[in-house]
Amino acid sequence: MDFSDTAEEAAFRAEARAFLDANAARKAASARGYRSRALDAQAIGESRLWQARKAACGFTGIHWPRRYGGRDGTQMQAIIFAQEEARYDVPVNIFNQSVGMAMPTMMTWGTAEQAGRFARPALFGEELWCQLFSEPGAGSDLAGLRTRAARDGDDWVVNGQKVWTSNAHFAQFGMLVARTDPSLPKHQGMTFFILDMRSPGVEVRQIRQISGTSNFCEVFLSDVRIPDHHRLGAIGQGWAVALTMLANERFVVGEAEGPGAEDILAFAESATLDGQPALQDASVREKIADWYVQEQGLKYTRLRSQTALSRGGVPGPEASIAKLVSATKLQQIAMFGVDLLGQGGAVMEPGTAPLNAWFQEAVLYAPGKRIAGGTDEILRNIIAERVLGMPPDPRADKGIAFNEIPTSAR
Amino acid sequence: MNFDFSADTTAMREQARRFLSDRIAPGTVRRQAESGAPFDAALWSDMARMGWLGAAVPEAFGGAELGYEALCMLAEEIGRTLAPVPFSSSIYLGAEALLLFGTPAQMRRWLPAIADGSVVATLALAEGAGEPAPANIAARFAAGAISGRKLPVFDGGAAGIVVVAARDATGSIGLYLVERGPGVVAHALRTLELGGSAVALDLDGAAAEPLPGATGWPDVMRLLERAAILFAFEQVGGAQAALDMAVAYARERFAFGRPIAAMQAVKHQLADIYVAVELARSNAYHGAWALDSGGGDGAAATARIAATVAYERAATQNIQTHGGIGFTWEADCHLHYRRAKRLSGQIGSARFWRNRLIDILSARNVRGEPDGLQ
Ligand SMILES: Cc1cc2nc3c(=O)[nH]c(=O)nc-3n(C[C@H](O)[C@H](O)[C@H](O)COP(=O)(O)OP(=O)(O)OC[C@H]3O[C@@H](n4cnc5c(N)ncnc54)[C@H](O)[C@@H]3O)c2cc1C
Repeated sequence: MDFSDTAEEAAFRAEARAFLDANAARKAASARGYRSRALDAQAIGESRLWQARKAACGFTGIHWPRRYGGRDGTQMQAIIFAQEEARYDVPVNIFNQSVGMAMPTMMTWGTAEQAGRFARPALFGEELWCQLFSEPGAGSDLAGLRTRAARDGDDWVVNGQKVWTSNAHFAQFGMLVARTDPSLPKHQGMTFFILDMRSPGVEVRQIRQISGTSNFCEVFLSDVRIPDHHRLGAIGQGWAVALTMLANERFVVGEAEGPGAEDILAFAESATLDGQPALQDASVREKIADWYVQEQGLKYTRLRSQTALSRGGVPGPEASIAKLVSATKLQQIAMFGVDLLGQGGAVMEPGTAPLNAWFQEAVLYAPGKRIAGGTDEILRNIIAERVLGMPPDPRADKGIAFNEIPTSAR
Repeated sequence: MNFDFSADTTAMREQARRFLSDRIAPGTVRRQAESGAPFDAALWSDMARMGWLGAAVPEAFGGAELGYEALCMLAEEIGRTLAPVPFSSSIYLGAEALLLFGTPAQMRRWLPAIADGSVVATLALAEGAGEPAPANIAARFAAGAISGRKLPVFDGGAAGIVVVAARDATGSIGLYLVERGPGVVAHALRTLELGGSAVALDLDGAAAEPLPGATGWPDVMRLLERAAILFAFEQVGGAQAALDMAVAYARERFAFGRPIAAMQAVKHQLADIYVAVELARSNAYHGAWALDSGGGDGAAATARIAATVAYERAATQNIQTHGGIGFTWEADCHLHYRRAKRLSGQIGSARFWRNRLIDILSARNVRGEPDGLQ
């Protein structure tokens, strides 16, 4: 066993570091603490500039083909760059969904003209993409979606509602899956589209999250016309296209960001409990040790799968493990961080709450991590059914026309 | 054997529940918080009129003298509805401190005003991060005045009178009454709880009057132990409401052609929460008995720990069961989640009460049933 890079990987890593050193500052060792992720015009501007810079130097879309602005690199190189970039103080990445999910899906399913038109502007951050999948009645059961697209000459006319669409209020384009034939069984009657968010009939309303900030939206679609050349894949193939995008999403989402075992360890060294450092407390030590063990497990699981990748294998179920474990762990650490502050735990006032209220803020965003991109329960189903090969639950919606599936008790 | 609330209390519960559910529709609590007002003044005065604020206050001091059992029941109903009023601060902490440690004159002066709702009281114990402990109290009392910084003081923005923990010249910790006035400056604090009026209280030579019955840290703990039982009822009420919300939503929400409540994963999660809430409720009932009878070593800590765990779990699960909608501002799920976390820390975290419980259990010289039963 050998954790070091191959010669080629090491060369790429050095190149990545040189680029980063020349263009960004290293994170300070003391960089612990909450940084607001609120996306205002300034944050988006900075994110765009950074994206353009990376694109110009070949450090985004690394494993994209060269003809679309990529570098024909490997999945492994993309991972190496992400590892290195994480050490630097760079703007929030709002282009993950564009570069990691939308465009790879387009390259798999789209025509050469489509990919030729959209890939570069996405890569350079000129056009931001969002994912128009979930609906009020279709989240975990995405294939239950009801947004209708009906053919009208060379266009499709779309009516319906999407929800929880991250960044829709800034996005120029959306990856949209809609139902084109409700008389077919649910997985068959869907078709996938590219939606220009500036089309007439698209109305975006921001939704506030429990923290009070708003990074996601509901999107109302009323007689929105989409030209047929903005269809992705064949008519009725929408589910297969959506699955490609979801497979890409598992990569992009990865582990939930926030305070981890090392962070709460550092905090427990400095915080006082009963007159001594909190880290002297047995219950504190036990918890932190368990979280650390989980994190190491995730890290080495990741390295095992990266090894498989660098040998040309296909990714396994690790991404499901990573999100399942890390989101719950994040919530537990955040809650425990608040508990360590005792009577002062609820305080979020800047300047008073330690680490800029990192634990309290994480208490408020962690629940979203356990829901977005596949809930804990759905991830467990995936592991149980696809990895362990256990039979699925009995289904009330298989093999019958979509419009005959029960949707409420009434 | 009769380990249940009396018929009177049960009848009152029906009334209380009807009243609160009429007054607090979904969204009411959020709108109250968004309004910026420290609490719902109209609701508060109605509660006063029904005798709730003076439930445990003797008639001689303007109370309704309904007893502690009634107060426990009210705490539970208030927890259930997230009522945006300073009930815990003013009643479990403020009024209780006066009843335990005040002079007859102090009680005559303040209890009627607390009971009729015209004055809100609160406790200023914490001085930033830390569990309740003598070492965490630096505020000083000398020559009739207190100086120091107290935070967080929950409902401090609404309070006309604050019971402040401070040290005297000998270093002994006592409780002192401080009125809003010169030398008292309150700075609003953002907290995890939505709404309320938590403050940091800067006391700079603020006029203070000792509550002479409180003669050291054990008395402060006596107050916290009694309050812990009332907090536990409020937490149990909140936990039950969060569970009820989750169950109702799971029955109604369809995915894959059936209610999500039909999925065993969902059912088992909610069944586990139910079990936790029931255990917490039973421990709280034992606490109510202890509160009334003065018995029951460790009853308060036991009730408090169980209720803290149950409410946090129920509120967390409620968001998860709701999926995306549970992560929104407009859904009430986060109100329980936030309040659960605020209540958990307010009079010491579960960790603090666990340590205290073990201390109590190991110090008990005669081991046996702590509840007075044979
Ligand atoms: C922060 C955030 C960002 C998001 N961004 C986007 C985005 O950009 N684009 C987009 O399209 N969507 C987005 N989503 C939506 C997300 O994908 C859905 O919320 C998620 O898939 C859950 O769907 P739902 O909300 O409808 O919950 P439901 O599917 O109704 O689930 C409710 C509960 O039932 C459980 N459940 C459902 N089915 C089963 C089952 N078979 N077995 C056991 N339990 C089950 C769930 O686990 C959950 O606990 C986002 C969500 C969040 C929170």
